[in-house]
Amino acid sequence: MYSYDQYDQAMVDARVEEFRDQARRRLEGKLTEDQFKPLRLMNGLYLQLHAYMLRVAIPYGTLNSTQMTALGDIADKYDRGYGHFTTRQNLQYNWIKLEDAADILADLAKVEMHAIQTSGNCIRNISSDHFAGATHDELVDPRPYAELLRQWSSFHPEFTYLPRKFKIAVIAAEKDRAAMRLHDIGIQIVKNEAGEIGARFFVGGGMGRTPMIAPMIRDFVPLDQLITYAEACLRVYNRYGRRDNKYKARIKILVHELGKEEYTRQVEEEFAHMLDQGVEPPLAELERIKPFFADPAFEDGPKQVDRSDPDFAVWVDRNTHRHKHDSYVSAVISLKPVGGIPGDATGEQMRLMAKLAKQYSFDELRIMHTQNVVLPHVKIADLHGLWSELEAAGLGAPNMDTIEDMIACPGLDYCALANARSIPLAQRISERFDASGKTAKLGELKMKISGCINACGHHHAGHIGILGVDRKGVENYQLSLGGSEAEDVSLAKITGPGFTEDGVIEAVDTVTDVYLANKTGEERFLDTYRRIGMEPFKEALYG
Amino acid sequence: MVEHPATDLGTSPDDVQFRFRDDEVVDHGTVTVDACCEQTNATAVRIEPGDDARVLLPYLDRIALVEVNFPSFADGRGYSAARILREAGYTGELRAVGDVLIDQLSHMRRCGFDAFAPDQPLDEEDAQRAFATWDNVYQRTVDGRRTIQELRHE
Repeated sequence: MYSYDQYDQAMVDARVEEFRDQARRRLEGKLTEDQFKPLRLMNGLYLQLHAYMLRVAIPYGTLNSTQMTALGDIADKYDRGYGHFTTRQNLQYNWIKLEDAADILADLAKVEMHAIQTSGNCIRNISSDHFAGATHDELVDPRPYAELLRQWSSFHPEFTYLPRKFKIAVIAAEKDRAAMRLHDIGIQIVKNEAGEIGARFFVGGGMGRTPMIAPMIRDFVPLDQLITYAEACLRVYNRYGRRDNKYKARIKILVHELGKEEYTRQVEEEFAHMLDQGVEPPLAELERIKPFFADPAFEDGPKQVDRSDPDFAVWVDRNTHRHKHDSYVSAVISLKPVGGIPGDATGEQMRLMAKLAKQYSFDELRIMHTQNVVLPHVKIADLHGLWSELEAAGLGAPNMDTIEDMIACPGLDYCALANARSIPLAQRISERFDASGKTAKLGELKMKISGCINACGHHHAGHIGILGVDRKGVENYQLSLGGSEAEDVSLAKITGPGFTEDGVIEAVDTVTDVYLANKTGEERFLDTYRRIGMEPFKEALYG
Repeated sequence: MVEHPATDLGTSPDDVQFRFRDDEVVDHGTVTVDACCEQTNATAVRIEPGDDARVLLPYLDRIALVEVNFPSFADGRGYSAARILREAGYTGELRAVGDVLIDQLSHMRRCGFDAFAPDQPLDEEDAQRAFATWDNVYQRTVDGRRTIQELRHE
């Protein structure tokens, strides 16, 4: 994986010092809270309901055991012994003291980590496919391109006060495991007819209160123009994105209001101009980055597991992903134990996952946007040993992509924006489906819960989505069906009137019954919904 | 305090707290972008956030001062305006005015600003530290600095 040279390290160190100075000036009264707020946000520091929250960047979701160990240590030293992995492949600490923030950033900098641009109206941490560099189905490893974009987007002088936040995802497979088209810019690395590698640009996707699927605006950008094209996309947005209304300030609104054709025309015009400006980094830089992501020294070994232990066999079937080397798999460590808080891990668990990564996965881990952890390169021969250790630590839940593998935002338990709680709902749903044994029957069923309209829990993209709203002071939950964040991307539709907390759990049960009664062959919930439509579900819910 | 020229627009030379140029400070009142395009003798212009800096490109030869106004530091359109003018070869004074604060100075420099007239005077020491924040940079902009990527492949 990528490691800093003296320049990268110096940039992060300079930022830590800059932030220390900003915090000092705030305390001395030289900065007002209004002036300080965007600065602390650009260093990942939020004020939540009960305390400060610090969001640590994990670029394209890749980290090593030293970094994961440091994250665990910080959880113990400065927080309450745990952290929360997010849908942007980052980590949040929810109980931070403002006076500790600069020290935490300094601790992070020691292991080549930071919280830069994890919030604020700037280009956020670049996300990517969690199986990048390991999966059997990718064209190339997308991470060198993501790293190139990371450098370009860090401290970008023109794009630090954008109309609103800006999220970029990069993938390089037809399978979309990064919700690419629900980003401000989604980039798919593709090969053209001439056999050259380039970038396909999708611009103007997003969730929030106005969900949009990003349209493709360019099917092929040559690699030596990648940064220039991104720069053109951003400049048009910085100049013309709406600033009069926070809720209409994302690029999706600009693309929607201008129309895809007009936005594209403006980008192409800016791009043509920028090609003369020499903003593209030398192509040699991409070649310098690539070897950091070279394959580790894979060895041939057994290609089958011993399935005599049924619990182990279930976990292998559910939580492993086919690797490009046939003696390996990628193993998913579920952070969704039955009744647990989705995405939470204790400091101790983080250190254990780090140890296991060192032992079994060439020192590498990934964070999934579904709030789980991946060991990308595990020998099939080592799987049983790995699983046994995970089981013992409460990390062996065999539930990837099942209804128990929910995305849930922090909700009203932590978040100042939330209207309703998400976590207790997620806990109760996983307990119920586990107890009834229905989880396995339902197979792949992506369930996503948001505690407010900002949609951090991706409810628009859930096969089943739940949105918590406030209705006359009472938490109320809207149910929606038919969303997908994957290559078959779609936005979920609301079933009808909302439910109480108990009522929505019953409603989820009801819609899964409709699915089971109607499914044919190998259909997933989503496939059945798309075939039979909303009516049968509505009938069962409200009829 | 020198008297402002006969216009409400613009900052005076006395308002300029930081300047990275050796030439004489321009002491003309600025006019709006529209007026600048219409008046063939206008030499100083003020860009507001909603203005398109590109309409000035045909007139850059006669312009000696461009003020870019930041009514709020959080509105980043002025960064693009500045860079667009420099990319087009503008070499006159480019002055950031308005809600210009310490923590925006280094980015403004990188986008081509070479004079700063903040509404509220800034602490000199803090400002000098801010201008020197970045020993190196990741992006090629209009300040002529060699990027980290270029240094790596010298």
